[in-house]
Amino acid sequence: MLQLVADGFIIGSVIALGAIGVTLVYSILRFANFAHGELLTWGAYLAWTALIGIVAVWGPAEPLGPFSFGWPLLVALAVSAVATAALALLVDRLLFRQLRRHGNAITLIMASFGAALVLRNLLQFIYGAVPEYYSREIQVAIRLVPRDVLGGLRITPDQLFVLGLTAVSVVGLHIFLTRTTVGKAMRATSVNPQLARVTGIDVDRVIRATWIIGAVLAAVAGVFSGLTVQLRPQLGLDLLLPLFAAAILGGIGSVYGAVVGGLIVGLAESLSVPLVGAEYRAATAFVVLIAILLIRPTGLFGERT
Amino acid sequence: MPDLIGLLSYGTFFLVFATIFALVVLGLNLQWGFTGLFNVGVAGFVAIGAYTSALITAPDYPDQLGGLGLPIPLGWLGAMATSGIAAFIIGVAALRLRHDYLAIATFGVAVTLQLVALNAKGLTGGPFGLQFIPKPFAEVIDDNLAWNVTYLAVAAALLGLSYVALERLVRSPWGRVLRAIREDETAAESLGKRAFRFRLQAFVIGCMLMGLGGALYAHFVGYIAPEDFLPILTFQLWTMLIVGGSGNNRGAILGAFVVWALWTLSGNALREIVPSEYQARAATLQVVLIGLLLMLILLLRPRGLLGEETVVSRHMRDEAADTAEE
Repeated sequence: MLQLVADGFIIGSVIALGAIGVTLVYSILRFANFAHGELLTWGAYLAWTALIGIVAVWGPAEPLGPFSFGWPLLVALAVSAVATAALALLVDRLLFRQLRRHGNAITLIMASFGAALVLRNLLQFIYGAVPEYYSREIQVAIRLVPRDVLGGLRITPDQLFVLGLTAVSVVGLHIFLTRTTVGKAMRATSVNPQLARVTGIDVDRVIRATWIIGAVLAAVAGVFSGLTVQLRPQLGLDLLLPLFAAAILGGIGSVYGAVVGGLIVGLAESLSVPLVGAEYRAATAFVVLIAILLIRPTGLFGERT
Repeated sequence: MPDLIGLLSYGTFFLVFATIFALVVLGLNLQWGFTGLFNVGVAGFVAIGAYTSALITAPDYPDQLGGLGLPIPLGWLGAMATSGIAAFIIGVAALRLRHDYLAIATFGVAVTLQLVALNAKGLTGGPFGLQFIPKPFAEVIDDNLAWNVTYLAVAAALLGLSYVALERLVRSPWGRVLRAIREDETAAESLGKRAFRFRLQAFVIGCMLMGLGGALYAHFVGYIAPEDFLPILTFQLWTMLIVGGSGNNRGAILGAFVVWALWTLSGNALREIVPSEYQARAATLQVVLIGLLLMLILLLRPRGLLGEETVVSRHMRDEAADTAEE
């Protein structure tokens, strides 16, 4: 039982980080971005490429303490975050910005659906379909709770790293949104875009900031997913439904809602495994989604419909 | 002349697929083109139809449910019914909300059905799918080409029937309400039209056509598997509608034929050019090409090949013709 909860929090961290991007894009650019999952995949693979590059130049590094990875992965994560943000800005410049000028919101969703397929297939073309790993080292899980207490709890250092860095990211985002000018401008635009424009907020800048934040968090989530599971071209596609479910559950536009929603969806997925079997765990997000649409479509922390 | 027969056989094969796609795209056009409903789970609704019809008509499957061995028309009706019921459930949950929610919910349908198709071995046959789906008239016509032509005739008749019915529907007062809701929901509501009900009706009818398309596919090929209904199918169908011109039923049909021709030709070309060890990778390029086509059409020619007609009522058209004569 404890083990399932812990697993749920780990997958939930990945979902939460991705869902923040979905909810920010939804509330500021006003469309459901079906290509967001691909930012996770690209983030994960770009980090893998950077990792290979670093190891080729400086040689393999010793793992850091108890973790399965050394400093190269941390550097690769930073490189990937920058590159993923650049990719998101490029897609926005080439596609979404053109459509924003003379399209409506639904054209944007459809374009994002097309962009998702192009990005995914391009990635599969470059990297192939074989699963990859950041490290093939076997990690020994630490026993935190003995077996006789609620079934016990074992967790790997990598998983603790994921939980810790997720918490750091969320706190960092909170400070950014509440203390910086751009962060405040983003919140204002999300509440009322017309009024924000009238008060002199540079909407283009807000949009760029939205993509950068969403993409950086997506890259982090993608790397976490690659670290705790594996790297696959379908990584982002498989996470897309949980991301949407988490964003809607938390209430569209609410960053903290997305985090809570992500953790709840992760827990629901993990706890459903003993009931329905591991092969249907992805369908749990769908059940959560339909339930929330029927019971409280504004989500837990949402105000607008 | 074996070459000519081979070509003819290939031609009918191509046309049957294009006709089935056109039927599904007509359903999508009713949802998106006329009502503005964004359905991202088309492949899911097509799959429901295909699996339902197979389970109703196929001979008894060992170790699993279904295989009732009932007549094929019953299978097709059943396919439309189950797709319609699934659409009703999703519609009730999502159609009261902003359009994005329908997109997300239908995406969930497609993902979940893919899981069910892969894992519920007792119902769907798992990864191997369902086989021995009966082919209509197969016991009367044993020549392959003649059977293909017969099936093409049946599919074309159903497509024609759907086209005529949909043309009547969208030109009726009901169809005008759909477009009114699409353009300005508040205005339509203020005239006493309950947008949710009309949307739900259009969504369910569209999904029933998708289910019928799925059933036609299943009985033409003879076996179905989960990988026949991947998200790429949804994407192809959407590209057909956008290229042909959404909001125009003839455009929807034209788009199905044009995009399917492009898809088949580009697939053949890649197979010819690319060495066999790189074929799997080249197949991904094909998707990239079609994706770029869709995005270019959205950017450069958002109305598609045949855009939506501006005249909505034949009475208005008569008046327009009268004034022109005067």
